[in-house]
Amino acid sequence: MKHLIAQSLNQTLGKFYNMLLLFLPHLFAMLIVVVVGWLVAIILKIIARRLLALARVNTLSEGSGITHILRKADLPPPLDLLSRLVFWVVWIGFILLGLDALDVPALHMQISRLFLLLPQIFVSLLILFVGFLAANFFSRAALLAAVNANLPSARVVSGFVRFIIFLLAIAMALEQLAVAHGTVLITFTIAFGAIMLSLAIAFGLGGRGVAQNMLERLFPQTPAGKEEDKEKTEEIPPV
Amino acid sequence: MAEASVLSEQFLRQLTAVGEVDILIGVPTFNNHDTIERVVNAIQIGLTKYFHRERCALINPDGGSTDGTPELFKNASVKDFGMLLTSSPLRTFHRVTAPFHGIPGKETALRTVFAAADLLRAKACAIFSPDSLSVTPEWVDGLIRPVYREQFDFVAPAYQRPKFDGLLVRGLVSPAIGALYGVAIHEPVGGEVGLSGRLACHFLEQDVWEQELTTFGLELWMATTAVVDQYRICESFLGPRIHAAKQFGPDVTGTIRQVVGALFLCLDRHEAFWRGREGAPQGLPLFGFPYNVALEPLRFNRRRALDTFRSQLEQLSPILEGILTPQTLLEVRDASQLSDRDFRYPDEVWVKTVYEFAAAHHRSAINRDHLLQALPLLYRGWVNSFLQENQKADAERIDRRIEALAGEFVRLKSYLMDRWTAGTGGER
Repeated sequence: MKHLIAQSLNQTLGKFYNMLLLFLPHLFAMLIVVVVGWLVAIILKIIARRLLALARVNTLSEGSGITHILRKADLPPPLDLLSRLVFWVVWIGFILLGLDALDVPALHMQISRLFLLLPQIFVSLLILFVGFLAANFFSRAALLAAVNANLPSARVVSGFVRFIIFLLAIAMALEQLAVAHGTVLITFTIAFGAIMLSLAIAFGLGGRGVAQNMLERLFPQTPAGKEEDKEKTEEIPPV
Repeated sequence: MAEASVLSEQFLRQLTAVGEVDILIGVPTFNNHDTIERVVNAIQIGLTKYFHRERCALINPDGGSTDGTPELFKNASVKDFGMLLTSSPLRTFHRVTAPFHGIPGKETALRTVFAAADLLRAKACAIFSPDSLSVTPEWVDGLIRPVYREQFDFVAPAYQRPKFDGLLVRGLVSPAIGALYGVAIHEPVGGEVGLSGRLACHFLEQDVWEQELTTFGLELWMATTAVVDQYRICESFLGPRIHAAKQFGPDVTGTIRQVVGALFLCLDRHEAFWRGREGAPQGLPLFGFPYNVALEPLRFNRRRALDTFRSQLEQLSPILEGILTPQTLLEVRDASQLSDRDFRYPDEVWVKTVYEFAAAHHRSAINRDHLLQALPLLYRGWVNSFLQENQKADAERIDRRIEALAGEFVRLKSYLMDRWTAGTGGER
């Protein structure tokens, strides 16, 4: 009995030893890939940083107001953010490559799928970034136009513009990732249509007076003899 | 050498037939049917009366008028010179009209005039606004004589304005130029201007023509460039300035974008010059005989402007935070909370506002066009304060008040130099 137990233990240990001998090279390979990946990612990060600095990304983002928003959200400037993005995308790529080197069949399939997704993830992030820029730019333009036209609730108008553009960017990014392919598009269409319809109804019913005032200001009726009244209502003298 | 590429074939052909001239006057037009005839007649009488021995030409670069402006320009004629207390012209009076090359706009039109001046070797030139209702033959003398007889290179106009007219120029542009360039030009964006042939050639050689300076901007650039490049400058009093109402002219926001945007661009271009200047602005020689006539007072709704300023200031705060220092923004906010009667936008805060906008524009703290669109609201606030403070003041007292403001621009010049390269609004 004792002999059988010892033999069984021996066999198990032997198998474990053999498996370890087979696994260790894969593990070392993985570690090497991860470490090399880390070095490559750092080098690419430095190169990306220099290229972005040459392209004056920080100045451009200052101009478009992104730096200001990132600062408010306690995030680093775009130059840092983008170079860090390059680092992580590259290093995660190498980590997945390293995991693949372990030769675990269960991981194999998942990693291959993830690898195929990497470019799409990158494009999606790019779409989100451009969407963020566009949302910020156009919402600020809307705010300024609304303020200079003395429209009530200028910030609501601006926030709405930002929301719609960002929603569009998210929908496009998800579409790129092929996440719930048709659903995202349909959801966006329905949501956008619903918002517009509800705004139209709210404006038409709830804000009838406001709508009337705005239309009167946009299309003033100036029959002959009313010119003097118009002159009286100039807010400030000619510049 | 004339930049032949600037002039269209049609222009070149007509100008070549004219030969050399002593005086060239340019009237850029675009649908000025109602006023062009009067302007051309005034110029013709002015040239006959004051420069009847000189070879003169009048050119009209037209931006594509569809209301018959070029035909009116060509056919405008003076019926009886005797009745206008002048003799008939001794020389042929050349008139050239043609559409100009390139993108329609005043910059292309002015470039055409300068190229023509170069080609015709004009000794003196003048630009006249086509929509002036108050133009007189004396304006020709006022703009040409200092150049032709007194060897000045640039003649800025000086107008008599209604009490509160032109506050953007008087309360921002002119004092800023005075403080930074060291020269007190009262009308740096006047519609009329006189200049020597050599200065016209100098302008033509600059690299500004393809850039973002537009209508008013170009006039401001001409004035500041003449200062920077040390040409002889003077002013000439022309009298009241009344322009025909423009159906599609820019509104307050549009005008501020053009005028202040041009000022900020000029500050960028001339940084080395204004950083090196010190002291109070020097007055310019003034030609002409200044006089006052009672002009119709301007009427406006001050209360509505104040309400707009108060209600929209908070809405605009996220943008202003990226332009103004927290201290200046706080002072503007404090001012907005004063009662109607006590409302004041202090001079120091106004000058700091302007300088911080200029510095933010230089650093491109936010998109430059957006930055310029954020200024009109604060301008409304300052104008309101100015009107409140001076509603019963006469023209002389207002002039003194403007001089005090100009002094504040000079005093705070070092503040602009500090802010010029400092961080953005939120970092302080």
